[in-house]
Amino acid sequence: MKSVHFWGTRGSLPVALDAAQIRERLVTVVRASRERALASDADVDAFVDSLAFDLAGTFGGHTSCVQIDTGEADHVLCDLGSGLRPFGNAAMAKHGVSEQTYHVFMSHLHWDHIMGLPFFTPAYVRGNRIVVYGGHPDIERALRRQMDPPSFPVPFDTFNAAFEFVHLPPGIRHEVAGMFVTSLKQRHTGDSYGYRFEKDGRTVVYTTDSEHMLDDADEVRTFAAFFADADLVIFDAMYSLADAISVKADWGHSSNIVGVELCQLANAAHLCLFHHEPASSDAVIAKVLDDTRRLEQITRTGRPLKVSAAYDGLEIVL
Amino acid sequence: MEITHRALGDVVLVNPVGRIDYLVAAEFERNLMPLLGADGGSSRGLVIDLQRVDYLSSVGLRVLMLATRALKGRGARIAVAALQPVVGEIFAVSRFDRVVEIFPSVRAALAAISPTAAEAFERGPPAGVA
Repeated sequence: MKSVHFWGTRGSLPVALDAAQIRERLVTVVRASRERALASDADVDAFVDSLAFDLAGTFGGHTSCVQIDTGEADHVLCDLGSGLRPFGNAAMAKHGVSEQTYHVFMSHLHWDHIMGLPFFTPAYVRGNRIVVYGGHPDIERALRRQMDPPSFPVPFDTFNAAFEFVHLPPGIRHEVAGMFVTSLKQRHTGDSYGYRFEKDGRTVVYTTDSEHMLDDADEVRTFAAFFADADLVIFDAMYSLADAISVKADWGHSSNIVGVELCQLANAAHLCLFHHEPASSDAVIAKVLDDTRRLEQITRTGRPLKVSAAYDGLEIVL
Repeated sequence: MEITHRALGDVVLVNPVGRIDYLVAAEFERNLMPLLGADGGSSRGLVIDLQRVDYLSSVGLRVLMLATRALKGRGARIAVAALQPVVGEIFAVSRFDRVVEIFPSVRAALAAISPTAAEAFERGPPAGVA
């Protein structure tokens, strides 16, 4: 496995910066530039690069879609959220109408994880092959239903690509797309599945829409084993711990703190916070990232755990 | 883990020692739960002295959430006091600083919750009680 590319990282619902937020940023940046000499383009680039990410960039607003570059010709994706649309556009730009195979691992079938499919251009290209894997028995029905009238004007059968649906029972190590893939059933309304991908001595875990019962020691051990020695754990950190176990208990999501604890128990190398709360601004997500890095530092007992926050467009080289 | 408690008038003061992580959280919960009812001595509230707790994991915070619900549900208060810097940061990162009242010392926590308890604390334990 070579790298992981994040095309959609937001939880529940796509979001975008609005006009007032853009203006506020511009005002902040222009004010910050007053003391700087910005005569050349290089000066401007250096100034912009010196700004905090939540000012000069954005975590983005597409819902879950993550690409794993296995180093092979076939494409591997996790989930079909709205981030699938820019992925599809990039794939079309690179490969055109040459025949491609896409392997897609579904965490579950809630709307934010399937909504990108109707806008996935490669699905309309004859000769492409799209293989959808998951633990749910009704994946095809869910993908067809969202394109039925009156919800969408183009029915599923308009797709020219060949679709296949493969049921992956959890707890069994499957060989798919040149990788070993093991899934784990997770706590979420209607169930969700996490995936552990292993290839070339590298391990990536994709675990989103997963609530953790903190008092269940067996569950803690199960997840620690699932994350064991992973090079990268992509983790649902949608809520603060206080919210996740009080007002948002049973909403099916987790927190940055539980992510750190499980990764520390598992001796994982890199925790990537994922499925960001749609109500969170870039500044809030940046603060959560800073807090999480600090927490990792002050609670570290073994191997240092790298912590990052996913954003649309992030690429992590393995 | 080691955990003791004592009644101070209408407040119970709890003194845990060590790390409160997933290995000992069940024991922490077992010790705390009987103290949460009004008949457990905490009619006005409960103060947890964290002076000698050097780590509190999510599962320990969950126990505090259960205690908070039980106490606030009957109009009583819960506070933590004398947090070590690391534990204070854990409260901030988890946003538990918005769930539980935090005081710099046990004395300050008791004074805020119950003058009776604060006076009992200042008097110290009765002769012959360790």
